[in-house]
Amino acid sequence: MHLHEYQAKQLFARYGVPVPDGRMTESIKTAVVAAKELGGDRWVVKAQVHAGGRGKGGGVQLVDKLAAVEQVADRLLGSQLVTRQTGPQGLPVHRLLIEKPVAIERELYLGLLVDRARERVVIMVSAAGGMDIEEVAASDPQAIQTAIIHPAVGLQGYQCRKLAFGLGLAGDQIKSFSRLLGGLYQLFVKEDASLVEVNPLVVSAHGEVLALDAKVDIDDNALYRHPDTLELRDVSQEDEKERAAAEHGLNYITLDGDIACMVNGAGLAMATMDLIKLHGGEPANFLDVGGGATAERVAEAFKLILSETRVRAILVNIFGGIVRCDLIAEGIIQAVQEVGVQLPVVARLEGTNVEQGKALLAGSGLNIISADGLTDAARKVVRAAGEAGL
Amino acid sequence: MSILVDQNTRVICQGFTGQQGTFHSQQALDYGTRLVGGVTPGKGGRQHLGLPVFNTVQDAVRETGANASMIYVPAAFAADAVLEAADAGIEVVVCITEGIPVMDMLKVRAALAGSSVRLIGPNCPGIITPGSCKIGIMPGAIHNPGRIGIVSRSGTLTYEAVYQTTLAGLGQSTCVGIGGDPIHGLEFIDCLQRFEQDPDTDGVIMVGEIGGTAEETAAEYIRAHMSKPVVAYIAGVTAPAGKRMGHAGAIISGGKGTAAAKIEALENGGVAVVRSPADMGARMQEILASS
Repeated sequence: MHLHEYQAKQLFARYGVPVPDGRMTESIKTAVVAAKELGGDRWVVKAQVHAGGRGKGGGVQLVDKLAAVEQVADRLLGSQLVTRQTGPQGLPVHRLLIEKPVAIERELYLGLLVDRARERVVIMVSAAGGMDIEEVAASDPQAIQTAIIHPAVGLQGYQCRKLAFGLGLAGDQIKSFSRLLGGLYQLFVKEDASLVEVNPLVVSAHGEVLALDAKVDIDDNALYRHPDTLELRDVSQEDEKERAAAEHGLNYITLDGDIACMVNGAGLAMATMDLIKLHGGEPANFLDVGGGATAERVAEAFKLILSETRVRAILVNIFGGIVRCDLIAEGIIQAVQEVGVQLPVVARLEGTNVEQGKALLAGSGLNIISADGLTDAARKVVRAAGEAGL
Repeated sequence: MSILVDQNTRVICQGFTGQQGTFHSQQALDYGTRLVGGVTPGKGGRQHLGLPVFNTVQDAVRETGANASMIYVPAAFAADAVLEAADAGIEVVVCITEGIPVMDMLKVRAALAGSSVRLIGPNCPGIITPGSCKIGIMPGAIHNPGRIGIVSRSGTLTYEAVYQTTLAGLGQSTCVGIGGDPIHGLEFIDCLQRFEQDPDTDGVIMVGEIGGTAEETAAEYIRAHMSKPVVAYIAGVTAPAGKRMGHAGAIISGGKGTAAAKIEALENGGVAVVRSPADMGARMQEILASS
């Protein structure tokens, strides 16, 4: 689960990590009130969306008049912000963070994540703040320093000092940085984060070290033990179809092609997409219906697939396993009738009672083409999509 | 012969009396697995499926001589269950449970470092030595005793590989689903090494997918240490670019993790990589026929 910047900064503050003084607002009026409360004569207005690259997309504005706060808030609130991470349709802006600007001396990068190969939380820092860490890794990997943390002992003082000296910090900044890093590590572990990124981490003109930006992702599997975090969820930032799918226990991702697929198991779902491509087609989606391919689930899956108008054919690929193929076939038939599927459906079933399953599909009188094996299924669905496209 | 489990493996089930535990324990018994009992805290002393229930894994091990465990407890209690099994001296711990927090697995793996316990999973279909011992949720009927080892990160794709080798008349020595979670127990190389040493395995099918670097590590191992043929399939060539965390994770490991990078590494390691998931069994058959 992604958090907004303002939510991440509230968490930071709770763990003693310094952030600029700021207020979250949802209306033009409260934006101006927030700016007045913060005081001073300059403010940063930051659109709150679940994507990076907001600055270049016009979502972060430095203004020096209250009237300008009002103007920028008016323009951003209710708009779709497009950045290089959002796709062309952008993400809706419903919330703004109004902050006091910071006089910046240096910009640094700081990130915490789980390194799956090492099976440890790893901290990465670089002196190239503001730049994408991917770019730094590609152009100058030496510029990235890391610290690997053993879960039994946690983050150690020497690790903080080493990173701080490596970043060229000096004097009191070493202590400030160590304290900040200690707070972020505590946050990472206690809140079950999967990513904490501060880009940039800045040294202010007064020598303070503080988090100018904040990005936090929480491990979805751990949300059951963080009910307070769950309340921070902002569904307006999520893909509507993917969210609807998740509510029915389906795992769905939209792609650009015209051949939809419905599969049980994530690995087989990916393999089915690869197979469509391999036989000259383009997959329209990734869709894992999970272990229990019940009629209800299959019906919901068909509804999702049919909501994409460019789909011309559907491939159902189910490896029955412990669930019997005749039951799955009944589910497919019921769902096709209930949803009113007009497009050609190619079904490949495998597993227990596969012959009865195929016989049911053949005798259904519906536009369901039965396939023998993976390759046959892919060929048939690519052909069906081609014919439907004529 | 086989790897990790065979007809002598004495299995218990943790989460024995729950819905999942009950269903899959019955399936295991029907398959012929030597299931010797189960654990559900607070229900010790009862009988379930005609087998004794124990309060702790330690009690179960003492009374039954169990040396393997299959775990079907909910995600919130799974880390605890794995550690309990390891502490009681279970040698092979198979954790089927899906949805365990990463931070829990991080601690479990650190706690198990240096111990001799072999953890399979979590979030996996389990392990089966066809005809002898089924520990997990895989459909027993598609398997056939034979000479191909299968190791996979994905559940249903494992079944594809199994089914294809069964149809090709090759059968399987042992099939291991190592699981899809970022932090898990046995890796590809742990299984490859055992298959290489198993006199009754003639070749190995390995099924990987995008993310992480386990396939690249396996490719290195195969190049340096494997004499038996390895056929691989990597799922996710068409998968959209991963989320940012995936990229950030890949930075540390040197920009690996894409299907293309994995396929290249495996081919450099002398592995026959099939582009279609339908070709795993046929390709293995070809290779064995020509050698």
